[in-house]
Amino acid sequence: MKNIITFGAGLIFGLGLIISGMTNPSKVIGFLDLAGKWDPSLAFVMLGAIAVAFFAFRRVEAKTLTVFDEPIHLPAKTHLSKELVIGSMLFGAGWALAGFCPGPAIVALGAGYQKAFIFVIAMLLGMAAHEYLYKK
Amino acid sequence: MENFTPISSLTGGLLIGLSASILILFIGRIAGISGIIASLLQFKNTPKGHHTWRLLFIAGLLISSQVYEMFAPLPASEIAASTSTLIIAGLLVGFGTQMGSGCTSGHGVCGLSRLSFRSLTATLCFMFTGFVVCYLMLHVV
Repeated sequence: MKNIITFGAGLIFGLGLIISGMTNPSKVIGFLDLAGKWDPSLAFVMLGAIAVAFFAFRRVEAKTLTVFDEPIHLPAKTHLSKELVIGSMLFGAGWALAGFCPGPAIVALGAGYQKAFIFVIAMLLGMAAHEYLYKK
Repeated sequence: MENFTPISSLTGGLLIGLSASILILFIGRIAGISGIIASLLQFKNTPKGHHTWRLLFIAGLLISSQVYEMFAPLPASEIAASTSTLIIAGLLVGFGTQMGSGCTSGHGVCGLSRLSFRSLTATLCFMFTGFVVCYLMLHVV
């Protein structure tokens, strides 16, 4: 049951990314291009997502167990760090260069785009490089 | 603003929020895609079931284009970046999301929904460099 729910959640997430326009790198870059013909559409993606998820996380604050009475895993870190700032800035730079962030890149890979494949392989290498440098 | 699509973008956003809500309320996990992918690369001392839910969620993402195509033609993904740019961008996204503990989904959707100050900081940081690099790429270089 839980496996079906998890797969379904991934599917809904992917459909949301496709419908929203996030899987089109040109549209993402159109959103980031404040100085050009700015397309603010993608601000509505975040707005819509938060409008729903906000209420789910309100319930998490009241009850830290899932519907199946199992523990909810929340991030342990609460303090700001230079890693958070520098890492996020590096991510933003890569996001703008390709127009892909991780979710849409995976969806585009599933759609069979060769360029998404190249991006995802490089992304996996970047993740592995971080693991190698910082977690050993 | 001829490409302005507030309705479809809002609709897609609502679905993303629904997915994140299902994952936290039923499975007890944050829908942070970069974290989910990076955890799939870990094999040392991982607890039982470490990979299962993550693989299932990613499988849902991978198959979503085919499911969408059963109902309507898939909207085009126009990828203008060259191969070398894609490689540099991918490395930055992979390394940066691990160093910064999240991406647009983990920080931008789930973190902001949880009113996390760390995620607000992260979101402002990646939006800022996103805008700056985009400006440099399209209007300077």
